[in-house]
Amino acid sequence: MTETANLVNTLVKKYGNKRESLLPILEGIYEKEHFLSDEAMIEVAKKLDISSADVYGVATFYSFLDTVPRGKYVIRVCKTIVCDMKNKKEIVSTIENLLKIKVGETTLNRKFSLLYTNCLGWCHKGPAMLINDDVYYDLTPEKVTNIIAEYKNK
Amino acid sequence: MGEHRLKRVGLILEEYSPEKYKVLASVMKRSNKEIIQDLIDSGLKGRGGAGFLTGLKWKLAAEQEADQKYVICNADEGEPGTFKDRAILSEVPRKVLSGMGICAKVIGATKGFIYLRGEYKYLVPQLQKEIDEFHVHAEILGLNFKIEIFLGSGAYVCGEETALLNSMEGKRGEPRNKPPFPTENGYLGKPTVVNNVETLVSAMLVCKIGHEEFKKLGIQDSHGSKLFSVSGDTPKPGIYDLEFGLPLDEFVKEFGDGDTKAVQVGGASGFCVPRKKFSQTTIGYQGGLTGDNLPTGGSMMIFNSSRSMYNVLRNYLEFFEEESCGQCTPCRVGIQQLTRGIEAVKKGEKPPEYLQTLLKLTETMKITAKCGLGQSVANSFSSIVENFREEMIY
Repeated sequence: MTETANLVNTLVKKYGNKRESLLPILEGIYEKEHFLSDEAMIEVAKKLDISSADVYGVATFYSFLDTVPRGKYVIRVCKTIVCDMKNKKEIVSTIENLLKIKVGETTLNRKFSLLYTNCLGWCHKGPAMLINDDVYYDLTPEKVTNIIAEYKNK
Repeated sequence: MGEHRLKRVGLILEEYSPEKYKVLASVMKRSNKEIIQDLIDSGLKGRGGAGFLTGLKWKLAAEQEADQKYVICNADEGEPGTFKDRAILSEVPRKVLSGMGICAKVIGATKGFIYLRGEYKYLVPQLQKEIDEFHVHAEILGLNFKIEIFLGSGAYVCGEETALLNSMEGKRGEPRNKPPFPTENGYLGKPTVVNNVETLVSAMLVCKIGHEEFKKLGIQDSHGSKLFSVSGDTPKPGIYDLEFGLPLDEFVKEFGDGDTKAVQVGGASGFCVPRKKFSQTTIGYQGGLTGDNLPTGGSMMIFNSSRSMYNVLRNYLEFFEEESCGQCTPCRVGIQQLTRGIEAVKKGEKPPEYLQTLLKLTETMKITAKCGLGQSVANSFSSIVENFREEMIY
């Protein structure tokens, strides 16, 4: 059995094979593989006895589930109004320069992806961003440079 | 209105009493009918934005005959400018669980969920610990009710209760037709109460202090206090527990930076109030500003005169365009057309009068879109275009 099939198996065992388990299972795959591959989605469809088109439909609905490969660390910078006003552009260009990628891209070593996201709920401390599940706020170019350096060494 | 002053309350985020789940314990001894009546008398309305009467929602679910009922705490806080639910969940989660427990007893539910937005995933370990402790207390009190966390995955529209239910059922987070309402046909077809985080805390507070005390706060039709998330051009961004009925000019005096040009009340789906209307505006469910069933989730974004309202509106529209579930045409296509329309007017490709056509389009969206998302785009669009028309053109 492939690694992906094994992972799907484990997740189905943990959350069950009902339709209600679909989102937790997809979230579990994303956490390990950093995207939802065709193989993973087909495997989930088989286990839950639903159409793979249904799985794809759900996977593509949610902005935190990607069907294209992402880096180990997904950076999501908030671009909604208050973070926009608090100069999120400066934060994004700092990260772009540090990682030599543009928004929407992934570094060649598959370590980082840089994306925009909608309101993170840290408007009072903007600009804010998520790296995987961890939140960083009150960002400045210096602060973000230190954070990225830390992740580069992880 | 004149006698109303900005009054800080502090009930919601107030520290716990030393004895854990004391309110829940006292509620267990009361009859369900009495609790529902207390809630209805308190006039408590949903704190997530729509403002439905909480007591009535619970009553409708309690009256249903079913082998299984559910209580869902809606923690899919995604409205731009809102961050109070996160504060409640990280600072006083026990009050939320207590509110869920009371609801479970009243409607007869044995299972509950906290639908937590994916952006707040880092709260899970701490919240789970609190839930485990809740289960121990509930068992001692003889309440058969288990709570689980369900994680969202980045979709604003899932804050709409029927989209939330679809999401939990493993489907695309697309809103359902109403009726049937969730109190009758909710999660997996069973009667379900979906309440915002703050609503559950407020319901618990009504049980704690009684409806008379609760009603003393606020104004007619808008009782109690509410958490306001304050951000933007302000020296004091943060979360404030304020009494309903606060006059906007008082608010601006307290929180503005001295150069406030407009306040966005209720987030991107709310209304933009220009300086000249501050003195006529009061924050509550009724009144000219936020009439019944319009968002009053507590988002207050302050803009000073350095901000271009065209850019603000453009940012909102981009947000809605990405977050629209795409299910119904008025919302999916309407938002795209609004975006293109204001861009064309700005570039001079369309005459300024074209803004009237766009305003008409928002009216159509208001009556034809399936859910609150598409319907409420009109709020910010018309309030910005009408009050800052010259900024849209030049």
